[in-house]
Amino acid sequence: MNRIHTLFQTKKENVLSIYFTAGFPKLDDTLAIMEAIQAGGADIIEIGVPYSDPVADGPTIQDSNKIALDNGMSMKLLFEQLKGFRSKIQLPVVLMGYLNPILQFGMEEFCKKCQEVGVDGLIVPDLPMQQYLDDYKAMFDQYGIVNTFLISPQTSEKRIREIDENSDGFIYMVSSHAITGAKADISPEQVAYFERVAAMELKNPRLIGFGISDAKTFAQAAQYSNGAIIGSAFIKVLKNAADLSGDIQGYLKGLKN
Amino acid sequence: MIKVDERGFYGKFGGAYIPEMLYPNVEELRENYESILASPDFQGQFQGLLRDYVGRPTPLYFAARLSEKYGAKIYLKREDLCHTGAHKVNNTIGQILLARKLGKKRIIAETGAGQHGVATATVCALMGMECTVYMGEIDIARQRPNVERMKILGAQVVPATSGSKTLKDATNEAMRAWINNPVDTHYIIGSVVGPHPYPEMVARFQSVISEEIKWQLKEKEGRENPDVVIACVGGGSNAAGAFYHYYNTPEVRLVAAEAAGLGINSGKTAATTAKGTPGILHGSKTILMQTEDGQVVEPHSISAGLDYPGIGPVHAHLFDVGRGEFVAVEDKDAMAAGVELSKLEGIIPAIESAHALYALNMIEYGKDDVIVVNLSGRGDKDLETYIKWGGY
Repeated sequence: MNRIHTLFQTKKENVLSIYFTAGFPKLDDTLAIMEAIQAGGADIIEIGVPYSDPVADGPTIQDSNKIALDNGMSMKLLFEQLKGFRSKIQLPVVLMGYLNPILQFGMEEFCKKCQEVGVDGLIVPDLPMQQYLDDYKAMFDQYGIVNTFLISPQTSEKRIREIDENSDGFIYMVSSHAITGAKADISPEQVAYFERVAAMELKNPRLIGFGISDAKTFAQAAQYSNGAIIGSAFIKVLKNAADLSGDIQGYLKGLKN
Repeated sequence: MIKVDERGFYGKFGGAYIPEMLYPNVEELRENYESILASPDFQGQFQGLLRDYVGRPTPLYFAARLSEKYGAKIYLKREDLCHTGAHKVNNTIGQILLARKLGKKRIIAETGAGQHGVATATVCALMGMECTVYMGEIDIARQRPNVERMKILGAQVVPATSGSKTLKDATNEAMRAWINNPVDTHYIIGSVVGPHPYPEMVARFQSVISEEIKWQLKEKEGRENPDVVIACVGGGSNAAGAFYHYYNTPEVRLVAAEAAGLGINSGKTAATTAKGTPGILHGSKTILMQTEDGQVVEPHSISAGLDYPGIGPVHAHLFDVGRGEFVAVEDKDAMAAGVELSKLEGIIPAIESAHALYALNMIEYGKDDVIVVNLSGRGDKDLETYIKWGGY
């Protein structure tokens, strides 16, 4: 059974997913960061595959993508680094990457590699639902890879229902009209959107991402969903870390207070 | 048959590969653009502004001395005489009218050399709409006069500081800005690129170019169809406009001049079909210059308007099915062609358009052939480049 399904069967609240960009801050930090995220008590590890043109991302993640590419990160290298990680990591692992590098690698080869190394799911922000269903769903299914769709405050109820129907892991709720990036607070409009979607009683669990940065925003988001995803704020922790493992665990423990 | 299908594809190329956050905006456009474009009210306003404000129809000029030099009957389609100095305004007029019909209050746009930015700032001033133009930090530094033109027209110019800080990154920033302001904002894309329906919509607005060529050529030559149409291709909006009504007329050769930069194999080029491979760029499947790992490669051209790592999906399709003839023109040859036209015809062309002119040296034709070169823009904006280049 896919680890994402197992997780949400046993844990319905306060699920914490942590995003980092592979190859940042240093090329070979991937496994060390994954171990520290697991030791720090997170529930899902989301690994970003760096891309030259990440249109859905704000300055912090753009910057980490650029540094990772300059460091020499590539899809091939990432899969090399991920070989054997399952001997140490039990958490569900999701790759987040833009479509073009995946297509150049080959979608089927990519899904196959994900299965081989033990990746559970994918988030491909610029792969729309219809294209996924028409062109790629069969491959995802064949290799047991869970696909994750995004919704935003602008997504219509009808489309949210369609996305729910075609998802079987979790739904990624983009918290506001925004690209990624840590924000100070959650607004009443956002709360109204969280409540509106919560009331729809979707079959899939929902994680809220974009703008979640600290214990307060995490708790707020988790109140209206099954948990939250932290990306930019975590990248800042990595950027400033003196002791990578210690600082990661310290930050993650701080989120639960 | 060259025609966009329901999913927004021209053959293998096109589509709408966009983050879900942009889906409602793009869907709103897709659902409405055809009916709005077909409405008499819209057409009345659009045609009226093209005539009275842009100055259309632009002349189809028989270039006698150029014809004599090259041994063919060469006509120039004078898009350089459009208000603001290039064909770009045909599209911005169309899109701003569309944005108003959709009830949008703000306009955003990307620009490379600044021509599309100026054309957007111009129509925003005309309509009294708030305008923000994203422009790469490097382009801002090298295209100062256009930056100031936009500001005089009341637009805000925001530097794109990510990536290579040029057109590709300005486009990324504009897309991000649209994600951040999805409700009241329309994004005026400047070329036949981006997610469906943009490539087809922009081509439709630019198709006035070939529509006019047809009746103008009929008047002058007694025939609607030239033997050859030549246009430069960065993203490819002027080419799409010049080719549009000839896509499905196989006896008309369609020649696309890409920018080879310092040479196709120099590593400093924008010759997309020569060096590119299929992939996704700015929301559509097309041909783009990229690494084996799928990272977008920085292009180079002396002409900022051709300095783009991809081409519009319709051009990728024309290339793929062999309907278009693609040539790659180096910086030095384009500059020479620009100077040559200046001396022969008294017209200083934009360096983009000079690439199309040089293609006359690269293709075969007979002395009785009728060739239309789309002179997409005037060279005023490029004076500094001409001066630095010298050789005139």
